[in-house]
Amino acid sequence: MSRRYDSRTTIFSPEGRLYQVEYAMEAIGNAGSAIGILSTNGVVLVGEKKVTSKLLQTSASTEKMYKIDDHVACAVAGIMSDANILINTARVQAQRYTYAYQEPMPVEQLVQSLCDTKQGYTQFGGLRPFGVSFLFAGWDKNYGFQLYMSDPSGNYSGWKAAAIGANNQAAQSMLKQDYKDDITRDEAVDLALKVLSKTMDSTSLTSEKLELAEVFVSNGKVKYQVCSPETLSKLLLKSGVTQPAAETS
Amino acid sequence: MESVFGLVGKDFAIVAADTSAVHSILVHKTNEDKIMILDSHKLMGASGETGDRAQFTEYIQKNVALYQFRNGIPLTTAAAANFTRGELATALRKNPYMVNIILAGYDKETGPSLYFIDYIASLHKLDKAAFGYGSYFALSMMDRHYRQDMTVEEAIELVDKCIIEIRSRLVVAPPNFLIKIVDKDGAREYAWRESIKDAPVSAA
Repeated sequence: MSRRYDSRTTIFSPEGRLYQVEYAMEAIGNAGSAIGILSTNGVVLVGEKKVTSKLLQTSASTEKMYKIDDHVACAVAGIMSDANILINTARVQAQRYTYAYQEPMPVEQLVQSLCDTKQGYTQFGGLRPFGVSFLFAGWDKNYGFQLYMSDPSGNYSGWKAAAIGANNQAAQSMLKQDYKDDITRDEAVDLALKVLSKTMDSTSLTSEKLELAEVFVSNGKVKYQVCSPETLSKLLLKSGVTQPAAETS
Repeated sequence: MESVFGLVGKDFAIVAADTSAVHSILVHKTNEDKIMILDSHKLMGASGETGDRAQFTEYIQKNVALYQFRNGIPLTTAAAANFTRGELATALRKNPYMVNIILAGYDKETGPSLYFIDYIASLHKLDKAAFGYGSYFALSMMDRHYRQDMTVEEAIELVDKCIIEIRSRLVVAPPNFLIKIVDKDGAREYAWRESIKDAPVSAA
């Protein structure tokens, strides 16, 4: 019976559901996860890379983390090709705002403009909604550091710590338990790695499977920094998530 | 003829303008307000074609209000100035507005500021600025007496000096002036300088 309401993204089922939107969210539940944590002096994003093969040409750019403007970055979970389109529109929006006002775009406005695009596909149609969830990390002069999470329906909300992708519910409840309001950026990195190590399917966590990015303020300027694999390996050792090489071999 | 000028003081900014509505050689009115209160902490003094002035300043005011409604935060003075410049620049190659603008505002982070925007869409951040025939006298007077750390009393004294100079040296001097101020407490009317009063209009 419900089949009749499956094929159209813009039609409610008799139970008041939009199946295509729910399926899109389901698709994200299988994607590599990402965690974001808001700290007193910055925002931390950690993501799990799903495709790791020795044959894969490792590109210089990141796979899950994208810089949108000097003061905003995002982590992605879901269909990457869909995400690329949305990231492009977000970048255009951010530049348009700077063109009009000669000021960086407030983070929430950027998130909202992107979610308006997502929402459009659940109402005005198209073939399917965007199968992407985002974690946005940013800083602006009105509200300081901010973390937002968005889903395929075009909903968004601000969080102190959030998780998207595979096992996001387990990760979310662990974050809820361990998050403190006065957490520093270093502690946030540590917490994010620990949570991800427990919720990821793979047994050992290595720098090839992870990406770590941070948004913080240094010398009065907002900085977006992606952690190099070497530093990430050291961080993993320090937080005790992986054992030293001598023991594992 | 028209005189709009403004200056930035220690922790406030002032905009003054004549209040004459003129057409050809006739003065129709001498109590026309040419300084719009854009939002709680912004003043927009405008000179130029009367219709364009009314239309354009109101358009900017409504857009600034819309931004505040949509986003819950006000535009900074700098952002409003750049937005205004952008609107003039787009209009310039289609159907230009004949307006010159002095935009003064007060922001929590940056304090008072003043922007000069002319009808060909150039934008300058200045301490003192003037438009119209009165500018020849107002600018010279401000060049001589302006200081960055002026108090309100000192600044008003300078504004009065400018007005007296315009009245005594300009052939087509407007009779009345209006002074508005913006500081941490907001934008508001400060004083009128009237040498004649319009006869009251009897009820229709």
